Amino acid sequence: MVEAIRFYIPGDAAAVALGADELAAELNSQLAQRGLHSEVVRNGTRGMIWLEPLLEVDWGQGRHAYGPVDSAALAEILEHCLDNGPPPTVYLGETEALPWLRAQQRLTFARTGLIDPLSLKDYLAHEGFIGLQKATAMEPQAIVESVVESGLRGRGGAAFPTGIKWQTVLDASAGQAGKYIVCNADEGDSGTFADRILMEGDPFSLIEGMAIAGLAVGADTGYIYLRSEYPHAAQTLKRAIGLAREAGYLGDSVAGSGKTFDLKLRIGAGAYICGEETSLLDSLEGKRGMIRAKPPLPAIEGLFGQPTVVNNVITLASVPVILAKGAEYYKNFGTGRSRGTIPVQLAGNVLRGGLLELAFGMSIRELLDTFAGGTASGRPARAMQIGGPLGAYLPPTQWDTPLDYEALAERGAMLGHGGVVVFDDSVDMAEQAEFAMQFCAVESCGKCTPCRIGSVRGVETLQKIRRDENRAENLLLLNELCETMRDASLCAMGGLTPFPVTSAIQHFPEDFGVEDNNA
Amino acid sequence: MSDSSVSDTVREAILAFQAEPGGLMPALWAVQNVLGYIPEEEVPTIAKAMNQSVAEVHGVISFYHDFKSRPPAAHTVKICRAEACQAMGGRRLQAFAEQQLGVEFDQASSSAVALESVYCLGLCACAPAAMVDGKLVAKLDEDRLATILAGLHGKGANNG
Repeated sequence: MVEAIRFYIPGDAAAVALGADELAAELNSQLAQRGLHSEVVRNGTRGMIWLEPLLEVDWGQGRHAYGPVDSAALAEILEHCLDNGPPPTVYLGETEALPWLRAQQRLTFARTGLIDPLSLKDYLAHEGFIGLQKATAMEPQAIVESVVESGLRGRGGAAFPTGIKWQTVLDASAGQAGKYIVCNADEGDSGTFADRILMEGDPFSLIEGMAIAGLAVGADTGYIYLRSEYPHAAQTLKRAIGLAREAGYLGDSVAGSGKTFDLKLRIGAGAYICGEETSLLDSLEGKRGMIRAKPPLPAIEGLFGQPTVVNNVITLASVPVILAKGAEYYKNFGTGRSRGTIPVQLAGNVLRGGLLELAFGMSIRELLDTFAGGTASGRPARAMQIGGPLGAYLPPTQWDTPLDYEALAERGAMLGHGGVVVFDDSVDMAEQAEFAMQFCAVESCGKCTPCRIGSVRGVETLQKIRRDENRAENLLLLNELCETMRDASLCAMGGLTPFPVTSAIQHFPEDFGVEDNNA
Repeated sequence: MSDSSVSDTVREAILAFQAEPGGLMPALWAVQNVLGYIPEEEVPTIAKAMNQSVAEVHGVISFYHDFKSRPPAAHTVKICRAEACQAMGGRRLQAFAEQQLGVEFDQASSSAVALESVYCLGLCACAPAAMVDGKLVAKLDEDRLATILAGLHGKGANNG
C-alpha cells in the first residue's frame, strides 16, 4: 500500500536555488533505505516561494504540504506520513486548503505546481490540449474573434489587445515566406518571474497557446526567444517541444488538423533590451538587438520582414483556457478594460514572496496584507516598485490603487508584467533613482540619443544632487532631461526610465534633500 | 594561438546553423559552449562560415553581455544587482563579494574567480540571488556567500 504514496518536490529554479535537488536526493535515499519505491515527482512550484522547498505527499487523501523543508527534517516527515508519527513543525496541512492558494483564481496557472511538467499524460488529464482541439475545428477568423472577445491584453507589459494584434497578422498578406509566431520569453524585469515559473511548471500550455496562434493567423513557424539567465526553463522547454512534436501536437499536422506548425527555441545572450519586441526580432535575425522604429508594426513587417505575432509567455499560455472554456468565461474575471487574470509576483522585502494569479481589481494594499504579510526585515514598508525597473515607485499613500491597467496609469504608474518589489524604510530613494538611470545606461541599445546619452547624463546629474552640488539647479535640469527622454526616446527603455526617477523625487523628496516637492 | 585545429572546432560547432535563418546567435553560443569563449582570431572563420562580414559578427559579439572574447576564469560568480535583490541587502552583498574576491564587477583580471553582474535571475521572491558556476543560490547573506566562495578554491579567494 505505501508504495502508492507519491511525493512532490518542485524542480523549479527557485526551489532548486533553495536546495530542492539535494532534498530530492536525500528523500530517494531514505525511501530506498526503507525499501520503498515510491514515486518522487519533480513538479513546478505552487508559487509559495517562501515555503520552498515545499514537499508534498499524497497518501491517498489529497496532497499534504510540508515547507520549507531541509534534509534534516525528512526523517520526521516520513515518520509522520508513513508511520503515523506526530506532525512535524513544517507540516502545513492539505495543500489546497492553504489560504494563499484558496484566495486565488488560477486560470493560466491552473496546472502549474500540480502536474509533472514533462508528462503529456498529466497535461491531458488536466484539460490540456482541449483548446487546441477546438481550434483545429474552427475557422481562423473564429479563433481570432474568441481572443478579441475574451478581452485578453498583452501580459508582457504594454497591455495591447491580443486579438486585435492577431487580426492584423491574419489580415496581412505574407506571400511564400509565411508568417511567424514569436514568444517573448525575455523576462528581464527585476521582480518578475511568472514566465519562468510557467515555462518550468507547465511548458505544454505555452506550446499549446503558440500552436493555436499559428492556426489563428496562418503561421507555420514559431520561435520562443528565451533569456539565457533561465537555464532550467531552457531545458524544460527543449524537452517539452520534443515531446509535443513526437505526439503530433507540433509538426506537419498539428493535432490532426492537416496544418503545419513547428517551434524553435532560441536563447538570448544577456541583453535586457531584447525584451522590447523589435529589438528581440533583430536578435532573432542574428543581429545586434537594436530597436526598430515603428511603423511598420511587427504585425505587418516583423521577423525577416514577414507578418509576425509577438506575444509574451503569459499571454500565449492564457489562450488555451480561453478556447477551452470560452471567451465569456475568461472575460467574467476582472474589471473595466482589464479582463481575466493577472499573475502577480510579490518580491523583494516581503515576508511571503511568490507568484499568485488573481482577477484584476484587488488593491495593492489588500495584496500586501492578504498575501505578503509585511516585510521580511520586519521594518515598515516604505516604497513599492510595480512593473519592473521602468515602473514608478509608489509610496504607502497610493497603495489603495487597484491592480488594473488604467487605474495605475492614472497615477503615472504601470502594472507592466505584474512584478511588485517592496522596499523597507532603510531604502535610499535617491540611490534607487540613480540606479534606474545607471541600468538604462548599461542596457540601452544605443540607437537613439535621449536614451543613450540621456541615461549617462542622468546618472551624473543624480550624483551631483546626492552630493548637494547645485542641488536646486540640477533637480531642474534632471526634470528637463526626464521630459526629453520620456517624449523623444524610440522605445520604452528610454521612454519609461524617467518614471522611477521622477516618482522617487515626487514621493520621497526628503531623500533628495528637498523639503517638500509637492508644495 | 590561432591554429587550424581551433578553427576546425569552430567550423564544426557552427555547421548546424549555417543554413538556419538568423543563425548567428545560436552559432556563437555553439562556439562559446565548446571553447568557453569566442576567440577574436576566430571571428573571420565564423564570418566566412556564416556568410557575413567580420564587422557584423564582431558587432553582434560585442553587443551581448554573455558573449566573451577572453578565456573564462576558472570560476564565475554572477550576482544579481537588480531591484528585488537590492531590497534584500543586495548592495551590501555586492560590496562584500568584491572585497572577498579582490576584484571588481565585470572587470577583466587574472583572478581565478570572475565576478559578473547579472540583472535578474528570476529569483526575486527569495532574494538576494546568485549563480555560481551555473548553480543557482538564493536567500544569500554574507556568511553563506563566504562559505560558497571559500569552497571554490580552498586557499582564499584573492590570488589576483
